[in-house]
Amino acid sequence: MTEWREIKIDGTSVQIDPECTLIQACEEVGIEIPRFCYHERLSIAGNCRMCLVEIVGGPPKPAASCAMQVKDLRPNPDQSPPQILTNSEMVQKARRGVMEFLLINHPLDCPICDQGGECDLQDQAMAYGVEFSRYREPKRAVDDLNLGPLVETHMTRCISCTRCVRFATEVAGNQQMGQTGRGEDAEITSYLNQMLDSNIQANMIDLCPVGALTSKPYAFTARPWELSKTETIDVMDALGSNIRVDSKGREVRRIIPLNHDGVNEEWISDKARFAWDGLRLQRLDRPFLRGPDGRLAAVAWPEALEAAAQHLRDGPVAALAGDLAPVEAIFALGQLMDELEGRKECRLDKTALISGNRSAYVGTASIQDIDRAKQIVLVGTNPRDEAPVLNARIRSAWLKGAHIISFGAPEMNLTYACQHVSDRVDDFYQFVDENKTESDLTMVIVGQGALQGEVGHGVLGAAMALGESGLGMLVLHTAASRVGAMDLGFTCEGGLTSALEGAQTVYNLGGDEIGIPKGPFVIYQGSHGDRGAERADLVLPSAAYTEESGIFVNTEGRPQLAAKATFPPGDAKENWAIIRAISEPLGLELPYNDLDELRRSLREKHIQFQALGELPTRELQPVPRVPSKGDHRIAVVKYDHYFSNPILRASPLMAELTRQQHQKALNRSEKDAATV
Amino acid sequence: MLDDKDRIFTNLYGRDLCSLRGAQGRGHWQDTKKLMNEGPEWIVEQIKQSGLRGRGGAGFPTGLKWSFMPKPDSSTPPRYLVVNADESEPGTCKDREIMRHEPHSLLEGCLLAGFAMHTTAAYIYIRGEYVRERELLQRAIDEAYSAGLIGRKAAGSDYDFDIFLHHGAGAYICGEETALLESLEGKKGMPRMKPPFPAVAGLYGCPTTVNNVETIAVVPTILRRGAPWFAGIGRARNSGTKIFAISGHVNHPCVVEEAMSIPLRELIDRHCGGVRGGWKNLKAVIPGGSSVPCLPADMCDDTLMDFDWLAEHKSGLGTAAVIVMDQSTDIIKAIWRLSKFYKHESCGQCTPCREGAGWMMRVMERMVTGDAELSEVDMLHDVSKQVEGHTICALGDAAAWPIQGLIRHFRHEMEDRIRSRHFLMAAE
Repeated sequence: MTEWREIKIDGTSVQIDPECTLIQACEEVGIEIPRFCYHERLSIAGNCRMCLVEIVGGPPKPAASCAMQVKDLRPNPDQSPPQILTNSEMVQKARRGVMEFLLINHPLDCPICDQGGECDLQDQAMAYGVEFSRYREPKRAVDDLNLGPLVETHMTRCISCTRCVRFATEVAGNQQMGQTGRGEDAEITSYLNQMLDSNIQANMIDLCPVGALTSKPYAFTARPWELSKTETIDVMDALGSNIRVDSKGREVRRIIPLNHDGVNEEWISDKARFAWDGLRLQRLDRPFLRGPDGRLAAVAWPEALEAAAQHLRDGPVAALAGDLAPVEAIFALGQLMDELEGRKECRLDKTALISGNRSAYVGTASIQDIDRAKQIVLVGTNPRDEAPVLNARIRSAWLKGAHIISFGAPEMNLTYACQHVSDRVDDFYQFVDENKTESDLTMVIVGQGALQGEVGHGVLGAAMALGESGLGMLVLHTAASRVGAMDLGFTCEGGLTSALEGAQTVYNLGGDEIGIPKGPFVIYQGSHGDRGAERADLVLPSAAYTEESGIFVNTEGRPQLAAKATFPPGDAKENWAIIRAISEPLGLELPYNDLDELRRSLREKHIQFQALGELPTRELQPVPRVPSKGDHRIAVVKYDHYFSNPILRASPLMAELTRQQHQKALNRSEKDAATV
Repeated sequence: MLDDKDRIFTNLYGRDLCSLRGAQGRGHWQDTKKLMNEGPEWIVEQIKQSGLRGRGGAGFPTGLKWSFMPKPDSSTPPRYLVVNADESEPGTCKDREIMRHEPHSLLEGCLLAGFAMHTTAAYIYIRGEYVRERELLQRAIDEAYSAGLIGRKAAGSDYDFDIFLHHGAGAYICGEETALLESLEGKKGMPRMKPPFPAVAGLYGCPTTVNNVETIAVVPTILRRGAPWFAGIGRARNSGTKIFAISGHVNHPCVVEEAMSIPLRELIDRHCGGVRGGWKNLKAVIPGGSSVPCLPADMCDDTLMDFDWLAEHKSGLGTAAVIVMDQSTDIIKAIWRLSKFYKHESCGQCTPCREGAGWMMRVMERMVTGDAELSEVDMLHDVSKQVEGHTICALGDAAAWPIQGLIRHFRHEMEDRIRSRHFLMAAE
């Protein structure tokens, strides 16, 4: 730990870590420095020159505060602390000058620019610019790029801050963005006009301080001040990224990331960002009952509830919790099942997650632990597909020198160098035995692929043992609801197969990734007309994740509250309310009339939900390591990234991205064939 | 005037051989080992005492610069000497003559300077257009390697030292020391932010010193003849000899080694056969390569060619490339041409230079024809002040200074042109 240094900023003394940059020091004392190119999570470019500050007694020219560190300040001759001024005449003049330069070649098309109202250039021109232009020469025009279906470009507006280039190379890990040309002819462009090959590329839209990179699907649909903003949680993967849902009227217009250092930093995946067009299509807006003719026909709610109650009363019941169900609904359904003595199950992908052992279905490591890992062992997971933002975090650890090794698929097309060891379970066991003692900054990330089949428990036990001597193990889930359901004990002995065995009625709470065999009467409760509704005999329409308040527990075991941004369409109801309504005709009235009462009851029974947003402490309960019998393999689940849940499957944009992904894979294999 | 006996570059005009044998005949590579035996600290101290200031343009004291290199210990990474032979400043051709005719003084200088700073290797980054010079220099390097003067146990000492020659691609910005390092690393030649200075994190992140060709090439002679000899030439703080490159409207443009602080008039009259049409026909002089503000004729009478005199008079010695312009010159157009050069060579990294260089060039373009308002002269000056000092590297300053010099000394000419254009327009 270095000694802190005293500096004076605009007369205010502050003690600061000498490694800090001046811009950070200024933020520390609450002085905002205008900037375009500087971004906390990207490398320092220092090229916009907007953040200039004056160093008293320093050189007769201002210094870029984003690039200069406190330790580089020289003390004054009289040993008084160095002093910087952020609002002196020199600084104001410099800012006005830079502002003028930025604006001379920037088009005055704010009225038709999607960035209008949330544009850094607009805001800072108001704050630091002058109200007229002295520029009489022709303005520059630049050809637009085609970066694919997500990012729209208006390159004439570009101010060459290179945030997008730095994001692509540093965070997303592809080399396709760059700057070509020199001087005023310098252009940001993609290499050979390629489209970007990344599933977190749309974060560039947020990074772009002007309207050069905007959202293509959102283009010209709304102005920022017309949108109501709701801070909530994403459910497209199990990371629990913090997002803000912007809606206009009843419709969600866009989704943007919120900062959460522990979870998603400030990135979200493209599918989380653009899932909203799937929220409008294929919606279930009325209850449906399968008639004697074998067709689903719309019915009214009382009729639907009565039918549900009747079948639930009838006989052996099983309840399944799908991937997107909030904790409250699973809790209510669980209580109902307890009353009906039904079986319940959430491990629809038949993984070997161990009920009751939180350290085994969540792990003991947190997402943030990745940052300090020196070795990361991926077991049966492809984080790029399963959690792109987590993958970016692994990449940043790799950039800092972490060594990434994997057990599972050999070719995963990750954004960092990954040493594939083997896919044999025995080899993994051997690796665990050999490495156990020496790896004190090792983190193990176990995917759902590793937990398949009869060796799942054994792999889990070995991974825990490996993590135990290091930073711990993290189970990487793909379903947003899974950890919450496991926390509630929504499982039964023997897993999915034995849950469905002999069931006369199956209550399927949004389980769209499984096929329920013929036979039982299936009540499907969900938001989209997808695989689940197709098999259902009774369809109960419910709210999607943006339409109700609900708790989701992310892959590291952090319960977070999702908020309601819009209303469910048509007659669709909130998930917990439907279950509460069914309990009434059954005569098993659940003891809560609103969400608050439900949550109170939930908190009483499960203490981990008492502090939402916090990461509960995790106690290690070792899992016995079962020796594998025979030649078992660790697989990586084949995961259709853009089609992983019914909301995404309803989205035309995701269909396009899937098509492109397949096309790329096809081109790659053709190229491989040609080279062979 | 400099006596022949005090000349460092005795083969500046190529009348003798440029080969190793020729160089040895002129005294180079003689007892290099003996100089090295005096120790690195001695060399740095000698250079400090000689008062040698960097010959690349900024005039930073060389000995001081060398002493910024961190003290070596066993754990430190490799350290490098980089020689900036990317001589691209318009009007400047002094390093070219050294590389053509005196390559061995440069190579011996590399060895001694590299030894003084405990470096592992020297990289010479040569300008893209210098194709023949590269060949000659490479031949000299090969000669020195075969003679065991560089490489393992260089010049009979216990010191291993390599010299690599790297050919640039012809970008002016790669003459900026940090852009040069980027280019040398294989990246796009864009200047880095300072700090960290190259002495802390330079080439490949290792401690590096970047010096001009001439700075390095004078080192062996200073060490041989002693610091007091070198310090005795020229005014105080501006000591030594300097190669001047005089071009433009003189009777015999030439490259000549002269004493620092020589009066401009003496330099031109003695070595260049005077200004074309006589001293009275002089209009302006750009004393130090295209980047420095020009001096009008009335100031040239008592101009001393050294760092301090020119800096005091709001110009600079720069690379000592004297561009002489007589009364036939359209000074506005001449400065516009420089603006065009800087606009073309701006790397585009930081805002003021990227946007400002083009803007200034376009306003200058209108100033040439007079198609402007009188108020735009002040605006142009203001824009140039907005560029100056706000950029990452000095190219922004270099783009601004010639225009500032023009407005400072030839404002009346610019205004006359605008007025006469207005008059003509009104008459039509």
